[in-house]
Amino acid sequence: MNVLTDNFHTFAQGFLGTVELTVYASVLALVLGFLMASFRVAPVGSLRAFGTVWVTVLRNTPLTLLFFAVLLGLPRFGLVLPFKVFAILALGCYTSAFICEALRSGINTVPKGQGEAARSLGMTFSQTLSVVVLPQAFRSVIPPIGSTLIALAKNSAIAGAFSVNELLGTYKTLSELGYNIVWTFIWIAVGYLIITLTISAIFNYLEQRWGVAR
Amino acid sequence: MAVDPLIELQDVNKHFGELHVLQDINLTVGKGEVVVVIGPSGSGKSTLCRAINRLETIESGAIRLEGRPLPDEGKALAGLRAEVGMVFQSFNLFAHKTILQNVSLAQIKVRGRKKEEADRRSLELLDRVGLASQAPKYPAQLSGGQQQRVAIARALAMDPKALLFDEPTSALDPEMINEVLEVMQQLARDGMTMVVVTHEMGFARSAANRVVFMADGRVVEDRSPEEFFTNPRSDRAKDFLSKILKH
Repeated sequence: MNVLTDNFHTFAQGFLGTVELTVYASVLALVLGFLMASFRVAPVGSLRAFGTVWVTVLRNTPLTLLFFAVLLGLPRFGLVLPFKVFAILALGCYTSAFICEALRSGINTVPKGQGEAARSLGMTFSQTLSVVVLPQAFRSVIPPIGSTLIALAKNSAIAGAFSVNELLGTYKTLSELGYNIVWTFIWIAVGYLIITLTISAIFNYLEQRWGVAR
Repeated sequence: MAVDPLIELQDVNKHFGELHVLQDINLTVGKGEVVVVIGPSGSGKSTLCRAINRLETIESGAIRLEGRPLPDEGKALAGLRAEVGMVFQSFNLFAHKTILQNVSLAQIKVRGRKKEEADRRSLELLDRVGLASQAPKYPAQLSGGQQQRVAIARALAMDPKALLFDEPTSALDPEMINEVLEVMQQLARDGMTMVVVTHEMGFARSAANRVVFMADGRVVEDRSPEEFFTNPRSDRAKDFLSKILKH
C-alpha cells in the first residue's frame, strides 16, 4: 500500500505522461483517420490508392516495429525530434489506420441516396462528405472509435521501452527501490483503468447524445 | 416544338455489364416543356433520368444543357447539378436535418445565400407545397407524401432551370400520390421544364407536352400524350398500354 503514498510523485508523473501521449496521439489519429477515410471514398483514384496503402501498411505492422522505425529510422534521415514526439507520431499514425476503417464502415451505413441528393443539389464532394454523409456516419462509429482510442491508451505503454515517461515505465524505478512488484503493478493497472474508464465514459456520453436512435 | 432546346441527348449509350441499358438515345427537351418518360421496368428510364445530371456516367454520345456539354467532374459538374433539380423515388431527405434545414442547406452551401435569406426562401417554398407548419420537424416524422413535397421544395430552392423526377410517386401510398402530383401539376402550369419518369398515366395525359415511351433501352415512341394514348404506333407500346390501362 505504501508504494503509492511513498512514490505518489513518480506515479503522478507516469500517469500524466500516459495521459499526454493518449490525448495528443488520439487527436493525431482522429485527424489523420478522418483524412484517410475521405481519401478512401474520394472520386480521385490516386487519393483512394494512397488511403489504401496507408491503411494496409500501418494496420498490418506490429506497433513495436513501427516505434523502432520511427524512433531509430527517422533520425537517420535527419529528422531529429524529442522521443515523446516520435512516440506520439508512431501511436497516432498506427491508430489512424483503425480510425479510418471505423469511419469508412460508418460511411457505408449511410444510404447512397443521401450522397446522391447532396450531389444533385450541386454540393461538391467535400461538402457532401462533411455536411451530409459524415455527420450521419459519425453516429454509428462512436462505439468502435471509443474502443480504438482505449486500445491506443494501452498501446502507449510501448513508448516506455523507448525511455519516454509514461505510466508502465514507473515500475522500473520502483522495483529498483525494492518495492513489492505486485503492488506496483496493481497501482499501475488502476492508473490505466482511470484513463480507459474516462474514455469509456466520454464515449458513452457521446453515444447517448448523438448515437443512432432506435 | 422544342423551339429553344434546354436538354439535348445525342446518340447516348450505356451498358451495365452485359446489359445495354441505353441504346442510341436521342432526345431533346425544350424550355418550359414537360416530358413524361414511361415504359416497363428495366427499360432504362431511370438511368436516362439520372444520366442527365450525371449521377450515371455515359459511355458514348453527348448530353448538353443549354448547348453546353456536361462537365466531367469537380466544380463545373457541381455547378451544372445546381441548375438541374432532381427528385428521387425514395425522397432522400437529409435524415439528420430538419425540414427547414433540408431546404436551406444547399442554398447556403452552394448558392452562398445568408442563412436568414435562405430560411425565408425555404419557408416560402414550403408554404407553396403546403408544409410550412412542418418546418421544425425531422424527415422521419413526416409521411411519404409530405417528404416528397419537401424534396420538391428543396430542389426548387436552387432556382433550377429544369427538374428531373425519377419515379416520384412509386414509393407512396395511393392516398399520398395525389398530393405530390398536384404540386407537380402546378409546377408544369407555371412553366417549369420537367422530365418525369413515372407510371402515373393520368399525370402523363394531363400535364405532359410529350410522352416518351422506352423499352429495352430504346426510345420507341416520342409523341403528344393524346396521340400516344389513343393511337400508339408500335406493338410494344400497344402491349404495354393494354396491360396497364385494363384495371
